[in-house]
Amino acid sequence: MRSDEAQAEPGEAAAGAGQRAPRRLIARDQLGALIQTLAGSGYAVIGPTVRDGAIVYDEVRGVADLPAGWTDRQEAGRYRLERREDGALFGYAVGPHSWKRFLHPPAELLWRARRTEDGFAVEAAPPSPPRFAFLGVRACELHAIAIQDRVFLGGTYRDTGYAARREGAFVVAVNCGTAGGTCFCASMGTGPGVSAGFDLALTELVGDGGHAFLVEAGSEAGATVLAGLASQPATQAALAAAEAVVEGARAGMGRRMETAGLKELLQSNPEHPRWDDIAARCLACANCTMVCPTCFCTTVSDRTDLAGGEATREKRWDSCFTADFSFIHGGAVRASRRSRYRQWMTHKLAHWIDQFGTSGCVGCGRCITWCPVGIDITEEAAAIRAQATGPGKPEVTHGDA
Amino acid sequence: MSAAAIAEPMLPRPFRVVASRRETGDTVTLELVPLAGSVPDFAPDQFKPGQFNMVYAFGVGEVPVSLSGDPADGGRMVHTVRAVGAVSRAIAAAAPGSVLGVRGPFGSAWPMAEAEGRDLLLVAGGLGLAPLRPAIRQALARGERFGRIAILYGSRGPAEILYREELAAWGQRPGATVALTLDHADAAWEGHVGVVPDLIPGVSFDPRNSVAMLCGPEVMLRFTARALLGAGVPAERIYVSMERNMKCAVGLCGHCQFGGDFICRDGAVLRYDRVAARLAVREV
Amino acid sequence: METLEHLLLEHPFLAGLDAALGRPLAGCARNLRFAAGEFLFREGEPADEFYLIREGRVVLELHVPARSPLVIAAIGDGDIVGLSWLAPPHRWAFDARATAETRAFGLGAGCVRERCEENHHLGYEMMKRILPVTVRRMQAARQQLLDVYGQHPA
Repeated sequence: MRSDEAQAEPGEAAAGAGQRAPRRLIARDQLGALIQTLAGSGYAVIGPTVRDGAIVYDEVRGVADLPAGWTDRQEAGRYRLERREDGALFGYAVGPHSWKRFLHPPAELLWRARRTEDGFAVEAAPPSPPRFAFLGVRACELHAIAIQDRVFLGGTYRDTGYAARREGAFVVAVNCGTAGGTCFCASMGTGPGVSAGFDLALTELVGDGGHAFLVEAGSEAGATVLAGLASQPATQAALAAAEAVVEGARAGMGRRMETAGLKELLQSNPEHPRWDDIAARCLACANCTMVCPTCFCTTVSDRTDLAGGEATREKRWDSCFTADFSFIHGGAVRASRRSRYRQWMTHKLAHWIDQFGTSGCVGCGRCITWCPVGIDITEEAAAIRAQATGPGKPEVTHGDA
Repeated sequence: MSAAAIAEPMLPRPFRVVASRRETGDTVTLELVPLAGSVPDFAPDQFKPGQFNMVYAFGVGEVPVSLSGDPADGGRMVHTVRAVGAVSRAIAAAAPGSVLGVRGPFGSAWPMAEAEGRDLLLVAGGLGLAPLRPAIRQALARGERFGRIAILYGSRGPAEILYREELAAWGQRPGATVALTLDHADAAWEGHVGVVPDLIPGVSFDPRNSVAMLCGPEVMLRFTARALLGAGVPAERIYVSMERNMKCAVGLCGHCQFGGDFICRDGAVLRYDRVAARLAVREV
Repeated sequence: METLEHLLLEHPFLAGLDAALGRPLAGCARNLRFAAGEFLFREGEPADEFYLIREGRVVLELHVPARSPLVIAAIGDGDIVGLSWLAPPHRWAFDARATAETRAFGLGAGCVRERCEENHHLGYEMMKRILPVTVRRMQAARQQLLDVYGQHPA
């Protein structure tokens, strides 16, 4: 989907595929040391943890906070945690959270204004971004971050808050060993193995009585942290085992998206009957946009204190599924669920390519899993392809009376 | 991108209202100047015809409003605002002396350079005359650079005609024609009654060597563009100004998307051949 | 073909047309069925076919962003849908959408124009049928335009 070069973020020594740093092995307990090291360097360490029956991303203080021995079973409209037989720490696919929750938070103060004798004065929100260390970033999620980098940092106007949080972030990626039932990253070219965009990348090797991690540094900062851990050179057996882990995930991929010609297909089929079919099921609940790791839309919320002396503007996540989203004088441009789903899916898989040079989908499957009625973007794309009507006016066949 | 980037695009900068003129029952034209010292990088002549500002009424909210002044006027931001919602009502009600917030200018511009050496058709419907006014004034001020200049304007009724005196003055300029039409006239009206595309056959211009700039409700844009195509104006020399919901105005919030375009960043002025197919589809 | 010709000439729009004169029109006709919600045509598309409604309901609409489509006219049994094929640039000015299951004859516009060119008697008969529809619709549109039920300032 994208070249490795394009994924490398600013200020990071990109680890090109040809010149990867030698990989090292660390024991399970060294993961705790890693968390301590990062926390000790001033990072807020965010990683997977079990809460309310799901694996979510939150602050982690040690290995004990990680979801040891848990996995997730996912299907369209279904998510359930189950016990694994081993004690794997990263033995799940992805949960309802993505890292955008931290880099592009659900609410952010933009400015504060107060009345003055001469009108009013506006003050920008003070920049005080926490430095995040993300532990357990999947390949699809690295791609999602790279996509949001393009959205927020690639144009004339940059999102300065995002830029600050992004520049300060330390990324510990994890190669996937377990594909979820709704995953389709292999067909999107975004996983399940990580290739770039990380400071450290882990492959969890568990079984045969052992539990260790193969570690690869992807940046200077990553190499420095790795050097501080107790590690050994990777054995041939460990390298082979790591490769098998990723291959296992690739083979277990629950779904597939055909991407050939997908942009043109969707852009030339705005009147496809399938949109009506989807509209009959879609609740316009916006879940898909909230869980999507690349959906970036926001609105602003202006508030004034009761005395009318101080006003604030906050930026908040918004969704193209709400009625307000497209409101202009008179009403909503996209009044029907049909038009809102069409907008979301066509934007994600087609317009995004025109806008940012990449698809907006990374194949993580969250929108499928967390849709309350189980609408499956891969199935919908396939259905539109199956009876595509081509560019121009829809072909309507009429039987003789 | 048609203009230099603004340093703090998300922060409204305080501007004082120095003049307010009532245009119609619900529409006023405001002139704004930056509050002394508060807007160091303000350069009013740097906006381009067709661009817009986000205008903020303290404690009420913010809406996009096109720039309707002439960059050459210097020192003033001119906005024609119709009071249709809570925010636009508050802005339209801003009396001289009061302070509004301004972010901008943003967006694409009318293709003034491309139009040089050609006949120019400026076609407006309703409030759509406001975003065209900077283009009209610039074209008339540099009349020698253009061929014939035709201003076609459709209004709902006689009471809703904007810039009434200026329209008359524009029509007096050598090489310029102004044609008005009303949806509903009264007995005193001696002009044309009907829709804007009907004015096109009455204007003399060379369709093969013209640039058309259209601003108004989408129905009017669709029918006018098709009439111009029918008259022989190539689609790539017809430009339309579009409206969609806007929040950030810098292409980051996603609200104003129209197919692959962000109206705030790629528009509001877009070439017709780029958007014609989308204009035909409902609820894009 | 026999059946189609017979049924076509029985349509109220063609009532009273001499069978020999009308027969060539059958070669231009298709028998169609539109489900409720289906579009007969959309604004801006080439107006290459018009419709004689046998049974059903079709509305002419204009779509406007942020509002429901504006319905300009509703057309029912025995009436004709589509006039734009008669005059250049031969493009539809409105959307035509069936609001109920609708059965109609579709007449190829180019074909009908050719038959009329070949036989001006047929052309005159068609003109006598189309012009009253046109006048009726124009008069109705003008009365609607007056907005006589709207609020007027005292």
